[in-house]
Formats: sequence, C-alpha cells, structure tokens
Amino acid sequence: MRKELAMIENDTLSRVLYIDLSKKRYFVKDRKDLFEKYLGGTGVATQLLLEECPEGIDAFAKESPIIFAVGPLTGAFPLASKTCAMFKSPHTGDLGESHAGGRSAIAIRMAGYGAIVIKGKSELPIYLSISNGKVLFKNATTLWGMKDGSIAARVMRQSEGGEGLRAIFRIGQAGENMATFANVTTETYRHFGRLGLGAIFGSKMLKGIVISGKQMIEVTNKKEYRALYDQIYKAATESPLMQKYHDVGTAINIKSLNSAKALPVKNLQMSSTEDIGPVTGEEIAKHHLARRVACAHCPVACIHLAYLREAYDDDPYFYKTIPVCYDFELIYSLGTMIGITEPKALLKLIDIVEQVGVDAMSMGVILAWITEMFEKNMITKEDLNGISISWGNVEGYIELVRNISKPITVFLKACAHGVDYASKIYGGKEFAMQFGKNEMPGYHTGPAGYLGFLLGARHSHLDNGGYSIDQKELIKIDLSPEQVVNKLLDEEAIRQILSSIAVCFFARGIYELKLVSEAIKLLGFDLNENELHEIGKQIHLNKYKFKMREGFRIEKLEVPERIYETTDPTGKITKKFIKEGLDYAQNLIN
Amino acid sequence: MKLAVKDVMRCVGCQSCMFACSRRSGNAGLSNTCIGVKSTGGISRGYTVIVCRSCKNPPCASVCPTGALVPQKGGGVRLISSKCIGCGLCKDACIIDAVFWNEEQNKPVICVQCGYCVEYCPYEVLELIKDEKGVSHD
Repeated sequence: MRKELAMIENDTLSRVLYIDLSKKRYFVKDRKDLFEKYLGGTGVATQLLLEECPEGIDAFAKESPIIFAVGPLTGAFPLASKTCAMFKSPHTGDLGESHAGGRSAIAIRMAGYGAIVIKGKSELPIYLSISNGKVLFKNATTLWGMKDGSIAARVMRQSEGGEGLRAIFRIGQAGENMATFANVTTETYRHFGRLGLGAIFGSKMLKGIVISGKQMIEVTNKKEYRALYDQIYKAATESPLMQKYHDVGTAINIKSLNSAKALPVKNLQMSSTEDIGPVTGEEIAKHHLARRVACAHCPVACIHLAYLREAYDDDPYFYKTIPVCYDFELIYSLGTMIGITEPKALLKLIDIVEQVGVDAMSMGVILAWITEMFEKNMITKEDLNGISISWGNVEGYIELVRNISKPITVFLKACAHGVDYASKIYGGKEFAMQFGKNEMPGYHTGPAGYLGFLLGARHSHLDNGGYSIDQKELIKIDLSPEQVVNKLLDEEAIRQILSSIAVCFFARGIYELKLVSEAIKLLGFDLNENELHEIGKQIHLNKYKFKMREGFRIEKLEVPERIYETTDPTGKITKKFIKEGLDYAQNLIN
Repeated sequence: MKLAVKDVMRCVGCQSCMFACSRRSGNAGLSNTCIGVKSTGGISRGYTVIVCRSCKNPPCASVCPTGALVPQKGGGVRLISSKCIGCGLCKDACIIDAVFWNEEQNKPVICVQCGYCVEYCPYEVLELIKDEKGVSHD
C-alpha cells in the first residue's frame, strides 16, 4: 500500500481546466486524486487521457481530447520548464505524447492550473486566450490559411496581454490541413513536435492558445526551499553536466556521431559522410550562430538561433535576415538525412519547415524516403506535382515541404500521413525509416537505440536510454537482448518521473531521484527514491495500457531492413538481436 | 546601491532574475517579482529587461493619493503597505512599467535595490552599482 500523499492545501497544481470548443464553455475541477498519485506532467496526463479519450475513437473526432499537464516543480525550481501534451496520435493511432518548453509550462502553472483538457470542435477557426481565471474564445478566421505560422503568432502577440508572462501556442498550415505529423509551436522556436498534436488542433479548428499568469506557489519550508534552489541552480550553471547544451548545444553530437558511423545519411544508406565539415555544431556556431535563448526558468539557454542573410535576386542591396533555430535533430533530419551539408541550404529548409509547422524529424525522413523512391523509379515526377528532387537539392525540398503541407497529388496526400502509411501503399517499406509508425530520430547507434524507439512509450530517442546504452556499453561489451530491454525499461521508469514533475530531460544528470524526492517534498509530496521508481513504472504501464487499448502490439511492429544493412558503431544490429529483444519485452509487458 | 542593466544584449530570457526576486518572500512563483523580462517584439529580436531606475523625483510617488510611496534620499521609493489602497495610479505613472503588481494582494511591488536578482543572472546582464550618493547611472 502506498502512503497518502498530501499536496499543499492552496497549491493550484491540482486544478484542471476543462474546455469545450463545441459549446464554447469551460470549468475547473480539482483533481488532487490524480496529482497526489501521479505527481503531474506525464503521469497525470496519461490518466486524463485514459479518462477522456473514448476507446477506438478517430483521433480527429470531436471527442478526441488534447491534454496539457505541468508538474509540482514547475515555477518552483529551475529546469522544470516542460509541458507534457497527450492525445491520441493521428500519426500512429495510439499514444500521442509530446513535450515542449519555452514559456509554456511556467505560463500554465502561473495561470493557476496543473493541467488543461480541451475537447469538442469549433465550427469556425478560433484561438483561446486564457488569463485571470477566464477563457476567452477568440475568432481566428483571419489567421487561418496564412502560409507562415509565425505571422499568426505575431498577431496574437500584438492583440493579447501578459507580455513576458505568457506562452503563445499555434499551428501552421500543415496543422490546419491535418498532416498527421503537424506540430504545435510555442514561443516561435519550441515545439510539441512529434506525433501530430498540430493536426488535432487543426481538426478542432483551434489555431492557437495564449496563456499567462503570475501567481505565488507556497512551499513547505522557505529556508530549505532557498537552499535547495541554490544547489540546483549552481549545478545548472556551473557543473559540466549542462555544458554541452549550453555551449555548442546538442549539435555538438553531429561530429562525433558522424565519425562513429552512427549518423543517418541519405536515408541511412550510409551512416557517415565526408562532407560533414560545414554542418557540424562547431562550424555552424562559428559562422551563423547569432543568439542563444532560454526557456522560462532555465538558466542553461540551449536554444541556438542562427541568422540567415539572403540577398534578393532583383536588387543587389536588398537583403532579408531570417532567424532560424537549429539543433542536432534538425541538422540530421533536414541535413544529412537528405544529403544537405551546406549550412545556408539547411537553414533555409528549416525555416520553411517552421513556417508550415511540421515535426522536422518526420518531415526529413519522409523527404529522404521520397527521394529514394524517386531514384528507384517507384514514383514519378507527376506524383511529386512536377517537382524535381535529388539528394542535397534544397530548392526541390522546399517545394516538396510546401506541397506535403498542402497536398494536391494522391501520392503527396499519402505522404502527409507519414512514411509508414505511404510506404504501405507505394512500396519501399524496407527503407521507410519508421519505428512504430513514427519516423526515426538521428541515432543509428546500435540495437539498443532501435529497441528503444520500438518499445519506448513515445518513440523518441530521448525517452529511453537506448542510444546511450549503445554508445556507453554495447560498443565495448556484449549484453544480451534481455539485458538491454531490462535496462531500457528501468530507465523509462526514471524518465516517466522526470516528465511527471516535469523537468527537462537535458537535466536528467542533475535531477537524480534522490534530489527529486527532496525537491517535491518542499511542495508537499513525501516520496522516497524507491517509491518514485515504482510510480515511474506504473506510469509507463499506464501508457502501455492506452497503447494496447488502441491496438498497439509489439508483435505487429515492423522494422525496416535498412537498419541491418548499414554499418553502425556496435556492429550488433541483427534481426536476431532485435527479435529476441522484442519477444522478451512482449512477455514482460503483456 | 542601485540596480542597473549592464548589457541587455546578453539576456537569454531565462527569467531567473524574476523568480529570484519573487523568491525573496520565501515562496515560489512570480507574484512578488519587481523585475521584468519580455521579448522585444518576438524572441529573435532579443529581450527587454525592466528594472526600477530609482528616480530622484519619482513619478510613482508624486501620483500616490495616500502617501504610501515614500521617496528615498538618493532616489527610489519605499512602499508603506498599510497606507496603500491599491488604486494603481503609481503603476500608470511609471512609463517604463517598473511598478509591478501583486495581483493576489492588489498592491504594487517596488524594487528595493537589494540586488538579489543580480546573483541569479548567469549572463551578467544585471549589476548592482555601489554609489553612496545613489546617483542615477545609465
């Protein structure tokens, strides 16, 4: 039996805001029952999803919910800046989970809520304005159909209050057109990227959300609170643990993964390229980095903005300067994966992907698959609406991104559903780089990475320790598939806790469970490390409960042949290893 | 002592200063902050950092109908909370928006130039200028 937790009486964390877009109504319900059991973030959002999402429903049905949740540490400790979004994924048909930073988490917590549940469907485009305990339904008709999503955000920014204290969520054209990997952007450069939250927004005619507030959060012991705050702040600003994110950023991994032969190149036909030089994190920083920015309440400032200066063809003294956010995943997916290793071309393509509002990893993998399909004459130029494409040809890819976001041909319409969907119709499954119907991240590190993508609760590299097991262990020693799966599941439990309290996974080196236990105690939660670990396991199982309910089966997972053909750092990606790992996991989870 | 913005171009918008300021009360959140960080028309254009400039002849005190804001020798004001009726005139009088508002108490929060926020700025955006006379610095 678990002991009763007791949240601080006045903590607004347990207030859940329910919004009905059909009836344009809202109400608040206290859900201490959920927060005391599952802390917040992922843990609470999973339960809300199980409650609110009817079994087997179409992800675009009006009853299909959008859930946002933050955690007890949000607004109290640094690096607790993530919002967890949950929904039924239109991309995979099962669990949709995506996390974003920016000001999203702070704004939701400071507005006086721990979670938001949005259901229903508006008959006209709207955006929500949430502040001072009110939800206003604003007409967004004029914002609908804009080709650059950032313009819609600018309009909301200029029409709404709460400067410096607000988050602005919005979708782009891809979301409006319900491309199943459309994202939701917050604060221009952060995203609820994966698994298609933007498409759900689009299906509900919800263009965006502006939310703000600045309330107080009570702590149980003011002196201890300040002391622990200082300890964490010091670790975040001074320890080498955060250095990587702080300096060159995640892009620093491009060089090392390329030399280790772990970086997907040209649809993973190769795992390294000799042309990597100009797009390594170091080189992009040297020539293009213009500014570093941070999520609210995180001193690390890992967001790297490059400035792209481009001349207009018709006037030699007329330039445009475009700020573009880049990191490892973008250099991989919109760079090496499609043969682009020229930084200006890469930045141009990233900018277009931002404008239309899609997950960059999914889009990059889809572009790569299309290129190979075209090379192999499995599709025609007519399928591509007349667009010419080839590896590294950025102009072709820019056109293609715009076309997939607003597809005309039957083939491109299929591509707007992802690479799994399209390859089931047009062939090319053996090189359609999806895992559990989600396009792969940029880690061809070894079998643990792939088992992680397949078994992880939300199919993102950061959600499991797979790539780290490959790089730290499998590269040197042998582990059995069973051992790898056990390690993955163990690590998942910890990461469920991190995303429930809800801290950034980049801070996982700082927020060890012991520290988590100390920190949440100041917010009224009395749980030791072991108890937290158990809750983490439970949350992971709850996610699986939803996945299985919606038809996910380990035995149905399909693995593209390509991963077995391309050199990797461990040399251990074999069908046998992956199959044994999956079989073992199936017995554990079923 | 006077709080000043040393180099706004280095601001990353982490708002650690705002949380520090509010944390002086001992609690978490942002209700008590009297320093503000906001984007300058979108994050890509950088940030605006708002701090009280501790004016010598403070407009906020001039408009206070109850004498709750008392000008200090050398500049700036102190709030006598018991006298404040929460009318908000001081907030409107400050053209740089450096009179912040505690919504829960419906009263202004005024910078006391303590410099606690400076300790939590990892990028040296802020500084506390030591000056016996409390003369304004740019």
